[in-house]
Amino acid sequence: MAQTVFAPWTDTDQKPLIEFRNVTKSFGDFTAIDNLSLKIYEREFFALLGPSGCGKTTMMRMLAGFESVTSGSILLGGQDISDVPPNKRPVNMMFQSYALFPHLSVWDNIAFGLRRESRDKAFVEERVEEMLRLTRLSKFARRKPHQISGGQRQRVALARSLAKAPKLLLLDEPLGALDRKLREETQFELMDIQEKTGTTFVIVTHDQEEAMTVASRIAVMDEGRLVQVDTPDVIYEAPNSVYVADFIGDVNLIEGKARVRPDEPAPAPAPEAPAVDETPAPAPQPAEPATPVVTDARLPAPNARGEWLYQKVFARLLGHRESAPRQLPPPSPEELAAAHKAPPPPPPPAPVAPAEPAIKPGGIFIDWAEGQPPIIAANGDPDTDGKPVTLSIRPEKVTIDLDKPQRPNVLPGKVIDIAYLGNISTYHVELRSGLMIKAQMVNARRLSNRHITWEDEVWIGFTETAGVVLEE
Amino acid sequence: MRRAFLIAVPYIWLLLLFLVPFLIVLKISLSDVALARPPYMPQLDLSTGWDGIKAFFSELDFENFVFLTTDSLYWKSYLSSVKIAGLSTLITLCVGYPLAYGMARAPDEWRPTLLMLVILPFWTSFLIRVYSWMGILSTEGVLNSFLLWTGIIDEPLMIMNTPRAVYVGIVYTYLPFMVLPIYSALEKMDESLIEAAEDLGCSKLAAFWLVTWPLSKNGIIAGCFLVFIPALGEFVIPSLLGGSETLMIGKVLWEEFFNNRDWPVASAVAVILLLILIIPIVLFQRNEQKAREAEGQ
Repeated sequence: MAQTVFAPWTDTDQKPLIEFRNVTKSFGDFTAIDNLSLKIYEREFFALLGPSGCGKTTMMRMLAGFESVTSGSILLGGQDISDVPPNKRPVNMMFQSYALFPHLSVWDNIAFGLRRESRDKAFVEERVEEMLRLTRLSKFARRKPHQISGGQRQRVALARSLAKAPKLLLLDEPLGALDRKLREETQFELMDIQEKTGTTFVIVTHDQEEAMTVASRIAVMDEGRLVQVDTPDVIYEAPNSVYVADFIGDVNLIEGKARVRPDEPAPAPAPEAPAVDETPAPAPQPAEPATPVVTDARLPAPNARGEWLYQKVFARLLGHRESAPRQLPPPSPEELAAAHKAPPPPPPPAPVAPAEPAIKPGGIFIDWAEGQPPIIAANGDPDTDGKPVTLSIRPEKVTIDLDKPQRPNVLPGKVIDIAYLGNISTYHVELRSGLMIKAQMVNARRLSNRHITWEDEVWIGFTETAGVVLEE
Repeated sequence: MRRAFLIAVPYIWLLLLFLVPFLIVLKISLSDVALARPPYMPQLDLSTGWDGIKAFFSELDFENFVFLTTDSLYWKSYLSSVKIAGLSTLITLCVGYPLAYGMARAPDEWRPTLLMLVILPFWTSFLIRVYSWMGILSTEGVLNSFLLWTGIIDEPLMIMNTPRAVYVGIVYTYLPFMVLPIYSALEKMDESLIEAAEDLGCSKLAAFWLVTWPLSKNGIIAGCFLVFIPALGEFVIPSLLGGSETLMIGKVLWEEFFNNRDWPVASAVAVILLLILIIPIVLFQRNEQKAREAEGQ
């Protein structure tokens, strides 16, 4: 993993390949693109993502030259290309419908653009053969587009648009017509080809999964504006708005009011203990056998109450607990043998009191429903104090348990629906306030062993940093 | 069984309404003219049995076809017809293609109206429309009066009763048959194909020649056949708009049939006309077949 991270957008010296400067595009009264500025760098795989009608296709068509710019300018390699007609731009496009010429063979389709450059025949032949090899189409060179499958047609379209070695390749929903399995395969193929050819790709898609898979950066668009431009992981984990959070993937949105939270580690959240809490958290046990043969790194983690107890009582005697997970040395053969033969020795006093998990201090509380404990969001901005906020939390970060778990945020509810997707299951849990929360669990066990079912009273839980606090 | 029946229906239709009449015409063309009713010999008399059939066939000969070669009127008429039909097909294509192209590229909500306008002339009788052209093209007609009034010309144009009037009539009458197939071919065409061609470096004109034109080829061929075939045998337009010097085989046929009452010669003319039409169609279809086979391998 000695690869340097590809992130030209972080380098201020890097010249962008494409630059939109305050571009506006109107169709009559309708403003499709609204004063938009954007930089796209060489070798990027850039995704324009948004619902239909958000202007992403207009952006692509302006890059290709099929739409003029109402105001502002588009620069390609530093040159203003706003007035250059499509046939004079070093930009090629792969159309959503593929737009393969039905009267020409696969070979002639790929050669079409090269022949327009009036290059010599040998060059055209060589280049077409190269493209056929790249897209694994050599066998079908003599066929007409209607004689090959949808996936092959998609590859012909790609080969044709790459044949002229454009500086920029535009892909307009390139995989929309393929079925799911083929689409997933093709996504990786596309990334592979992009890497091999070193071409800058701009892809337009409404499929967020596709954008996440292929793109180096994603621009989420809404009504002609860029809402967020970031790498897929940032878009997913740190969306800057409710719109982005909601558009990308599945999400739970909990609206509430922010209340600043003290920076000091709070004592156990007993005062905020839910009124509906029937099962009080178990009192901290003094000690637990810590057998040295245990190699599992997943030690019992202390909870908030334990942490507090430790700070007050044990810390003076034993010093501060290191927060990093403990790495136990692998057991020696003697130890293993001993563990097998002898009954476990009487437990020595534990060096660490098993305690409740430490909740990061700071951030905010979110009062989200009457008579419900506030949600702790340690990553919330204290400046939002008193303002309405929305907590966005991904379903896979929400756990679901029959017994009340030890987690910073625990809410009781009832299972209303279960969506079984094979690898995962999504549980729709109705909280006491009536809010629906989605929780996702990986189906590591077979379905018959699943222990949570419809109408079950359950606890959902999530950590204090699992969600993202968004301001309206 | 059901399938066989379904296939049989069109075949029976063709047999009854095309092949049987054609065989009758073919038989008449091999007969001799006679002052009788019907005006040709021999008649098949089945009452005399096998001998009667033998006698019937022995009297059939190719005399009329030989006669057609002796009189230059016939081959001149054929040639003139082919020329007039061919040229008017070309003119119809030149007028019809831009029309169809414009229709296919028109906004969606206009298309039904435009299509309607193309079909609208069919709502009036063909004869009335040709007669009205007489009113437009004649020496004192609407066109000449208008042009004289504007001062573009000093004396009336002689269009009526010349081949020019025949061209005008044919192009006008058969224009919808050219426009509709081309329109349907162009309308089906994905507009992104043109964008793709431009994207790959074509100018607008090159994109038209390399993409639009080849893709509308089928519509063009269908339109040309639909115009050329009826124009070749056209009778009404040349007899109403054309003068005496306009030779067309349809007119000759009419005269042989009604004025000369020479049914056998008229039938022979018709059979030759059919052959003239069948040959290019067969050649074209063989060509298509070959192209399809080349594609399939």
